[in-house]
Amino acid sequence: MEAIRTEALSKYYGKARGITDVSLTVEQGGFYGFIGPNGAGKSTTIRLLLGLISATGGRAEVLGMDISRERTRILEKTGYLPSEAAFYGGMRVRDIIALSARLRKKDCAAEARRLCERLELDDSRRVEELSLGNRKKVGIVCAMQHRPELYILDEPTSGLDPLMQQEFYALLRERNAEGATVFLSSHVLSEVARWCTHAAVIRDGRLLAADSVERLLHTGAKRVTLRGASAPAELEGVRDAREENGALTFLYGGKPAELLAALAALAPEDVTISDPDLEEVFMHYYAKGDA
Amino acid sequence: MTVFFHELRRNRLSLAVWAAAIAFMLGISVLIYPQMTAQMAEINEVFADMGSFTAAFGMDKVSFGEFGGYFSIECGNVLGLGGALFAAILGISALAREEREHTAEFLYTHPLTRTRIVGEKLAAVLAQIVLLNLAVAAVALLSMRVIGESAEAKPLLLLFLAYLLMQAELAAITFGVSAFLRSGGMGLGIGAAIMLYFLNIIANITEKAAFLKLITPFGYTDGADIMSSGRLEIKYLAVGLLLAATGVAAAFLKYGKKDI
Repeated sequence: MEAIRTEALSKYYGKARGITDVSLTVEQGGFYGFIGPNGAGKSTTIRLLLGLISATGGRAEVLGMDISRERTRILEKTGYLPSEAAFYGGMRVRDIIALSARLRKKDCAAEARRLCERLELDDSRRVEELSLGNRKKVGIVCAMQHRPELYILDEPTSGLDPLMQQEFYALLRERNAEGATVFLSSHVLSEVARWCTHAAVIRDGRLLAADSVERLLHTGAKRVTLRGASAPAELEGVRDAREENGALTFLYGGKPAELLAALAALAPEDVTISDPDLEEVFMHYYAKGDA
Repeated sequence: MTVFFHELRRNRLSLAVWAAAIAFMLGISVLIYPQMTAQMAEINEVFADMGSFTAAFGMDKVSFGEFGGYFSIECGNVLGLGGALFAAILGISALAREEREHTAEFLYTHPLTRTRIVGEKLAAVLAQIVLLNLAVAAVALLSMRVIGESAEAKPLLLLFLAYLLMQAELAAITFGVSAFLRSGGMGLGIGAAIMLYFLNIIANITEKAAFLKLITPFGYTDGADIMSSGRLEIKYLAVGLLLAATGVAAAFLKYGKKDI
């Protein structure tokens, strides 16, 4: 059984596009990143999975249950973190967290305390006094305190400082190691490259690619950086050549032997050949279709 | 019942302020009655002789000189209009408020059916209306004790019952309307309450507009009518209950599959 499975899932708001024919599979126990620029349809997809909005086409299952028919049971086993968490005014952090537990008819007090401690969240504060980051932490506790099978997190780290991001991902790793599935959306590529095992790219409401992060990175192209040499003129498969800090850098998609032969002829002072970083891979996907 | 109690908690301040304000106004109206009666002989004639204005507030049907008549008209103005505004604001904001304050994402991603949330919110609205009316009635009765006046028990009870039903009807209708709104609606709620209030006044002024009493819940809560006839007008009440049921049904149907 997959944790999430969508088939040609579509959502239109009147004529305005939400998402179009998104088919996505997230294995149980996976750590899945959902990447796209703002307005690409990440939140729309997530809101469909949670039953906040209803699909105009296609279907989807979460934890083997149909999103349109078993919404409540799905929500029982899911922890959701909205991208902009808002809470009822006039309440203290601990009241909000307790309210969330009561709405789930569960006693999560011990787990909530542990989470607040690890996230350094003062639970006696009033929610309207909280900074963006602290509001996010309240959302994280509400999403995690009942130890769900599936975490659906919409831009989870926006507003968190780098140390807190580390702690947050450490928490997610632990839950993931215990068997829970993590599905998070982000437009920070390095974050996804670092923590996720699988990723999907969405742009203009359509899924562009979905695969393991390793394979997405391994597109066959290499990033080549040369010092003290000009570009190999006759070599085929060179793209995106530019000067950077006195060095020449380009993407190479041809045969390695030809590259080495060309480099030998150029005799550079220094050479680096590496996999392109995720950013470059996704920039490549983002840029597609612009032409 | 978590949502129900959460709603009551969330609204407790607003409920307390509305109840206190309405009870205070009505209490004062009762307490000044003895002074009014002193000059009542003249006042009564004046009030009974202002033509349309007299009819508008039902002062042609009851005597301002009797406490019961005085109270029914004051009650109509204070508890009638005040309670209607309270009920309309409560009803219109119950559902729409979650979206306006962006708490909908929090509430609706917990494992509760939409029907359950709507049901508990509706119950909370009705409970608040009952609480408000109990508080206001208690203060009114206490004030009557203080000045040593009393009205006939049955019409008095009917009067309070009528206001309770009227507020419940208004709340149910605005509750239904609020299911279709994304934000705001406050103005709509207040506007609807005031408009319905004036429809009844128009119906009182001219016979030709009497049918308006069918539309407005103020039709069956006209204090002067109740005091003079000693009963509720079932015809008007039935229409009101029908409208209320429509509002509630609309809320459940619409909210069950609304995009949030």
